[in-house]
Amino acid sequence: MTTGILGKLYQDGETIICEGETGNCMYAIQGGQVEVLLGKGDEEVCVAVLGEGDVFGEMALFEKEVRSATVRARGEVRVLTLDKRTFLRRIHEDPSLAFRILEKMSQRIRKSNAALKRALGGRRAPG
Amino acid sequence: MLTNRGLENGSRVAVIGGGPAGSFFSYFLQQIAQRVGLDLVVEIHEARDFSLTGPKGCNMCGGIISESLVQDLAAEGINLPATVVQRGIDSYVLHMDVGTVRIDTPLHEMRIAAVHRGTAPRGFKGVPKCRSFDGYLLELALAKGAHLVHKRVDGVSWDAGRPRVTTQDGLQQTYDLLAVAVGVNTGALKLFEGLNLDYKPPQSTKTYIRELFMGEETIQKYLGNSMHVFLLNLPRLEFAALIPKGEYVTLCLLGRDIDNALVGAFLNAPEVKQCLPPGWEPPEDCCHCSPRLNITGAGHAFADRMVFVGDCGVTRLYKDGIGAAYRTAKAAAKAAIFAGVSAEDFRRNYWPACQSIDKDNRIGKLVFAVTHEIQKRKYLRHGLLRMVSEEQPKDSSRRRMSMVLWDTFTGSAPYRDVFLRCLHPSFLCLFLWEIVVGNCSYRLTRPHGGAS
Repeated sequence: MTTGILGKLYQDGETIICEGETGNCMYAIQGGQVEVLLGKGDEEVCVAVLGEGDVFGEMALFEKEVRSATVRARGEVRVLTLDKRTFLRRIHEDPSLAFRILEKMSQRIRKSNAALKRALGGRRAPG
Repeated sequence: MLTNRGLENGSRVAVIGGGPAGSFFSYFLQQIAQRVGLDLVVEIHEARDFSLTGPKGCNMCGGIISESLVQDLAAEGINLPATVVQRGIDSYVLHMDVGTVRIDTPLHEMRIAAVHRGTAPRGFKGVPKCRSFDGYLLELALAKGAHLVHKRVDGVSWDAGRPRVTTQDGLQQTYDLLAVAVGVNTGALKLFEGLNLDYKPPQSTKTYIRELFMGEETIQKYLGNSMHVFLLNLPRLEFAALIPKGEYVTLCLLGRDIDNALVGAFLNAPEVKQCLPPGWEPPEDCCHCSPRLNITGAGHAFADRMVFVGDCGVTRLYKDGIGAAYRTAKAAAKAAIFAGVSAEDFRRNYWPACQSIDKDNRIGKLVFAVTHEIQKRKYLRHGLLRMVSEEQPKDSSRRRMSMVLWDTFTGSAPYRDVFLRCLHPSFLCLFLWEIVVGNCSYRLTRPHGGAS
């Protein structure tokens, strides 16, 4: 069914956000998958694959830094854009709206910590 | 008076009405309770079966989920599936006697959802491709742990200070909290008349909704993924829209004493005919209804252990009623968990959310009064058309009139925001300029030269 879709369709390999660019919105995946990539060219590394119900680009809502990773469609993917200004206004009215994003960010920190622990081979990180 | 009494483990909560307000309330009450480790029993009393086609499974409404609500729900983790969304809307087309202009969403993205509140209109044959929006929300609430009591509620009374609900089979159950989400289109509000509440029901007006079967291909060809809005100078007509869905187009009319003559006059207007297939006539036996729409909010929409959410409390003027149901239901759920369920708790923690919507509605009345003036005066319509047309190639931040109209007609921003943007000196100067230029060019180009 094509009439009932929301958001924007991206084709396989299409870049949705690009590392180093400034951003003023976040995205919610409505259907399909995206891959999160760090680095450029030959040094590009896929650090995560996100699917339906996941959000990305949320860091742009809370800080003015550039995008920290590139996000690319993995197969056909449907993505809904959430405007920074609208969303921050709504968070101001109802702070609990940010709960799920905080939950996702917390899960990502936990995963990063686990990956760091694995990379260090169980030894204590220096400093 | 009840003081400092909150919900505890095992507390029983009844929700009367399984439409969007009731389902959102149940969903968020359960979600927040689970987050703070509170085990509640939530029962939703809903006699309607949303899987049925026609009025038996429908809560009567135009069925537009606004851009802001689609975004809010996505942030909440509720992504409306393609099996619920009849059509994603990416633009609207404004039709006036002086011309037509298309206005795209700011990001050229489908962020407005057209849905059927029920499964399908009366007379639908075959297997529906989509599900009921209300049924989908009810399923979300049930998945969060709420229970469905599929019976009509025949009575509400007090049992030692607690609300007691009597169902059609005579069964009586007492609860620690009762959320009332019965809307304004049933007689259910009468159940509360003998309870000595300070509650005053909202004032409402009638709208007219008709489902027009056209088939998916015809709709795609003639209406596309655009909501079609009409500012026509027809007596008694305030506002009209054609909303394309899967195989049906929903006609929504707002005005005074809408009858068959006005519906016929609207459908025969050249501005309407031009966006329908040539020679197309509406089927004689269409699914239609005249639901009530709030024009004021309720007074004192809470009591000890009782709270009114959605349309029977406070909703948004003319637009985004489902968005208002989401906001009031969530505010009531938060108040019940974090503050308590006394009238004072709701007054302090729930009522401000309602008052904020009510206050915005007063500004909304001004916005619609201006729209009404534009609808009546041709020279203003020329200016408006020219300003919107000239803006289209520009960046969305510079499409001032387009964004004002977009937010007014789609309910995507508070009326206060819309009004303040209209008061901006550059907006006013530009509009005045376009009125002058638009009318001069009209006088120069029209064939007979008479004033109108």
